[in-house]
Order: sequence, then structure tokens, then C-alpha cells
Amino acid sequence: MSGPAAPVASPPAGQPAGLAFDAAMESEIAAILARYPRPGAGLLPVLWLCQRRWGWISPAAMSAVAARLGLAPAFVEGVVSFYTMFQRRPPGRFLLQVCTTLSCQLCGTGELVAHLKRRLGVDFGGTSADGAFTLVEVQCLGACGEGPVIQVNDDYYGDLTVERLDAILDRLAAS
Amino acid sequence: MSASILLAARGLAGSRSLANYRSRGGYRGLAKALAMEPAAVVAEVRASGLRGRGGAGFPAGVKWGFVPTDSPKARYLICNADESEPGTFKDRELILVDPHMVLEGIAIAAYAIGARTAYLYIRGEFVREAAILDEAIAEARGAGLLGRRVLGRDFDLEIHVHRGAGAYICGEETALIESLEGKRGLPRLKPPFPAVVGLFGCPTVVNNVETLACVPHIIVRGSAWFAAIGTQRSTGTKLFCVSGHVRRPGVYEEVMGISFRELIEERCGGIRGGRALKAFIPGGSSAPVLPAAKIDTPADFESVAAAGSMLGSGGVIVMDETVDMVWALENLLTFYAHESCGQCTPCREGSDWALDVVRRIRRGHGRPHDLETLRRIARYASQGMTICPLGDAFCGPIASFLEHFGQEFEAAIAGATAPPTLLPVLPLRSDRGLFDHGAGGA
Ligand SMILES: Cc1cc2nc3c(=O)[nH]c(=O)nc-3n(C[C@H](O)[C@H](O)[C@H](O)COP(=O)(O)O)c2cc1C
Ligand code: FES
Repeated sequence: MSGPAAPVASPPAGQPAGLAFDAAMESEIAAILARYPRPGAGLLPVLWLCQRRWGWISPAAMSAVAARLGLAPAFVEGVVSFYTMFQRRPPGRFLLQVCTTLSCQLCGTGELVAHLKRRLGVDFGGTSADGAFTLVEVQCLGACGEGPVIQVNDDYYGDLTVERLDAILDRLAAS
Repeated sequence: MSASILLAARGLAGSRSLANYRSRGGYRGLAKALAMEPAAVVAEVRASGLRGRGGAGFPAGVKWGFVPTDSPKARYLICNADESEPGTFKDRELILVDPHMVLEGIAIAAYAIGARTAYLYIRGEFVREAAILDEAIAEARGAGLLGRRVLGRDFDLEIHVHRGAGAYICGEETALIESLEGKRGLPRLKPPFPAVVGLFGCPTVVNNVETLACVPHIIVRGSAWFAAIGTQRSTGTKLFCVSGHVRRPGVYEEVMGISFRELIEERCGGIRGGRALKAFIPGGSSAPVLPAAKIDTPADFESVAAAGSMLGSGGVIVMDETVDMVWALENLLTFYAHESCGQCTPCREGSDWALDVVRRIRRGHGRPHDLETLRRIARYASQGMTICPLGDAFCGPIASFLEHFGQEFEAAIAGATAPPTLLPVLPLRSDRGLFDHGAGGA
């Protein structure tokens, strides 16, 4: 599972070593754990909660989750690194996830990718200089009938052309 | 023979609400099922001939029958909404159009197998779809259709949505179970099958969204009604997801057995730009590719198998005459090399190796023995050499691309030049490519 490789051993700055869940998170965690007979099964939902709250999964977040669920930190890191959607580095404000699988490619993803790299001045894995956009390549997003498809944070955009994409990026950049 | 059973509410305003679903007869199947013995529900679904829509086509009622009834353990139902097979986008459509139909199917199946908890595992990218399901669950709970004493009967049921986090392999049922338990999604060896030892070590049935969505209709209208639709061994309707070079891509609900010609030429308006069809992948990217000459194949489990491929998930990827098949195979192998979980050597190494070989063929550095190397990889990473069928999933494409479009690969190799240095010049994904010199004979 190759996401943008993040050297977890040397954590990027930006998050304190000892991270704590506030009351709101604690109550969400309690609700999550009530859904499963074993606390470990709550790992993915709790990681999602952390990512929603903090924007990415830092080493400090992994330690806090491990302590809360009674798991080894290394186990949690192993799980986080298996899944491509957990961000192990803080992404830009907008994460542009470009599907490069067959159906989308047949409908013109290549042109969009070339344009995006030019416009943002980055390659896959890079973040634009203004910190607004992180560009990543992803596999089939399950929306192949609308190819080419790009997911921006949580939202899908389909049937894209360079013009439509530019309009979307302009709007996001200004937001 | 367009059909409208699962997607009857498409285009209807407010179709996602409970009130709307009920106004169309929704949850009558659940009420009817709860008045039956669980075993009778299983028997009804078995008699309908309903086969799994997640890819393998296993009869749903038969699978439910494998759940031991004498076990003191809890039993679980899992609805598989991972929708991770490239070319597949039907479960998302069902959730967007009629989430309560999916929930009703889950509830009936849970009742039939004696489960009191069901999980709906949905791919992490489907954030909006997960929220729609959460909302529908809350609504159903509020109406006494879930929770304690469903519809006042002696049956409790909770359904929880569980989001994945980006991994194709988690669509495979045992990897899904591992993921749901909070682990890396590494498939388990079978047997034991999940029906006996599944989630948390308990008997578990995993069914696809579309499979479960058929269930309420079977219960309401009867197995004979369902069995009369389609062909003798592929009953009911099927959601076909057509993508690629057609004029009108999208999800089409059709009676099993419609021909790919009708689907592609009539429903989808034919090939874009008036070009000719070159090839199509009939059942999601793992299904062997078929050449245009097979377009009259009926789209049902048996006919597609007889044509040398599989109906799979119903994801039909259409390619026109301009597609470079070496490029297309490289694209597919990129997917599998990325998604192999890494547990089994033949799959982990084979997918990377095959990708390296196809890549160099396309870059004009192919070697005479490369096709033999690819055929060997396709032979040795498939058919039971791996824990799960991801090995087969990339070997089928390799073998079929070479079978039907081998000349394109041969031509690329014939025109190849030696790479400018002894070491591979390609940006290899790993050092593995270094070891395949002379692989055809070694
Ligand atoms: C690599 C791989 C990926 C799979 N992905 C999915 C998927 O995304 N959705 C799905 O329903 N089944 C998928 N399956 C099939 C499941 O393992 C399982 O057979 C299916 O969910 C059972 O449901 P059904 O009998 O209703 O089809 C996949 C299988 C493999 C080997
Ligand atoms: S191929 Fe891009 S969404 Fe499926």
C-alpha cells in the first residue's frame, strides 16, 4: 500500500507530543466503542475521528489512540500505514485525489493530470506553494461512469474537463 | 428488456426518505419475513436462485444455509459496500437512490441467519453515501424498524455503518472482516469459511449491497416470480455499470441475459465519436478482457463464463479501436501491484514483476522472452497459489490480453531497442526487476 511515504520516525512539526481527546471526542469515542464487542474494532472509526478533527494522523495521535483502545502504538501505526486514506503528513487545505484507473483514463485523465501538475507546480505527492492544494494519485473511486473523476476532500467531481477543473480550483482557492 | 426493480425509484424526488420508501411498499418484505420462520426465509431466497452480485455469483440462500444454527455464539451479517472493483459503481447508485431498500434487505437477511447485529462496511471515499445510510438507519430506528423488538416482534437488530479507509483488498470478504476488527486488511485462509468462523470468530454472512437489495422483492413477490426473470441459472435483474468509450455511460438495470451488444449499442448509445469497439471487460477489471467479436454474448453468469470471462460485479469497461492494449494492461497491473496486500509471494512479487515487464514493453525495451515470462507469472500467481483471489484477479487480465491482443505486444517487442545501459532504464517500482534477466528460461 504505497501512499505518499511519510517518515513516521521523525514526525513533522505541528502537533504536540502528548495529545489529548477533549470531551466531545471522548463522547464520540464512547459511542463508537458501543457498536463493537471488542474495543480494537473501533480503531478505524476512531482514526477517522482524529483525522476529521486534526486534519491528519500524527504520531502523537497514533499514541493517544493506542492508549485509549489498549493497543500497542506500533500496531496502530501498522494499521494506519496500510490504508491509503489516512494522511501521515498534514495535507494542503484541499486534497486533490485523482483517479488514474482504466475507465477514468479512457475518458481523459491524462490531460487533467498534466494540467494539474503544471498549474500547481507539483508532482503527485506535492503540495502547492500556497499550501492550498495537495495532489495525489488514487485508484478507482467507484464512480467510473463519470470519468474522469477527482475527489476533493470528501466531495466527488465527475465528467471533468480542463475548463471545469480550473473553475473548481479557482472557486476553492478563493474560498 | 429494460427492467426496473432495484432502481425503480431513480429520478423520483425524495426517494431516500422512509416515507417515500414506505409509500412504494417499502418494509412490507420485512414485515412478511418476520411472520415466517427464519428457515423458511432462507428457503425462499434459495428457491429464487438469487446469486451473489459482489463478483463470485455464489447462491445467497445456500450461503445463508451454511450458518450453523446450533452455535451458542453470536452471528453477524455484513453488507459489503466496499465497491472497490475498478469499473463498478452500482452499490453507490443503490445507496443514493434507495438506502432503505438496502437496509430492509439487511434486516431480512439478519433475521434469516439469526444475527442481532449487522455491519455495513463502506469504502472510506463514500463519505456522503455513509452519511445517507446513517440518516436512513436513524429514521428506521425511530420508526421501530430497527432496534429493540423490530415491528413489535421478538427480533432485535442494530445496523452500524463502518467506513473503510482506502484499500481494494478490503472488498474481499475475509480482508473486510479483518479490517472491521480494526486490523490491516489481510485476507484469511479459507476454510474455515466466514459462515462458520467470521467476524470476532463468530458465524458471519457477507453479502454485497445489490444482493441484499434483491431480498425484499423476493420475499414480497415470491421466489417463483424472481426465478422467472432472467435465465434459468442467472435469475433476476442485474445492475450493469458501463464505463469507458460509450456515449452514455452509467448504471443500467437489465434482465440477466441481455446481450452486451444491446447493452453497449442500444442502452449506452454505442461507441463515442462513431468509432469501432475494440474490446470490453465484462465484469469489473479482474474479469478477462473480451474482443469485440464477443459482443453478442448474453450477460449472465454461464454465458460470460463460456465466452472465457466472468460476469463478476457487472462492471463493463468499454474500449474503442484507438486503445493501445499494452497501455491498458499496464494501467490494470499498476492497480493490482498497488493493491496487493503483500501477504503471498506469488501475488506480491508477481504483480510487480508483471508490471515491470509490461512497462518496459510499452517503453520500447521489450525482450523476446517477455511474453513467456508474463504467461508464467499468470500461471503461477493464480489458481489457488494465493490466500485470496487477488492473484487470479490480475492473472486473468494478463492471460486474456495476451490471448486476444498478443500481436500488439509482439509488435511492440519486435520494434524494441535494447535499453541504453545494462541496468533497466525504467523507473522501476522496486529492485525486483533487476532479477528477472533471462526469466523465460530460468
Ligand atoms: C480482491 C477482491 C475484491 C472484492 N471486492 C468486493 C467488493 O468491493 N464488493 C463486494 O461486494 N464483493 C467484493 N469481493 C467479493 C467478496 O469477497 C464476497 O464474495 C462478496 O462480498 C460476497 O457477497 P455476495 O455473495 O452477495 O456477492 C471481492 C473479492 C476479491 C477477491
Ligand atoms: S476508474 Fe476512475 S472512478 Fe473508477
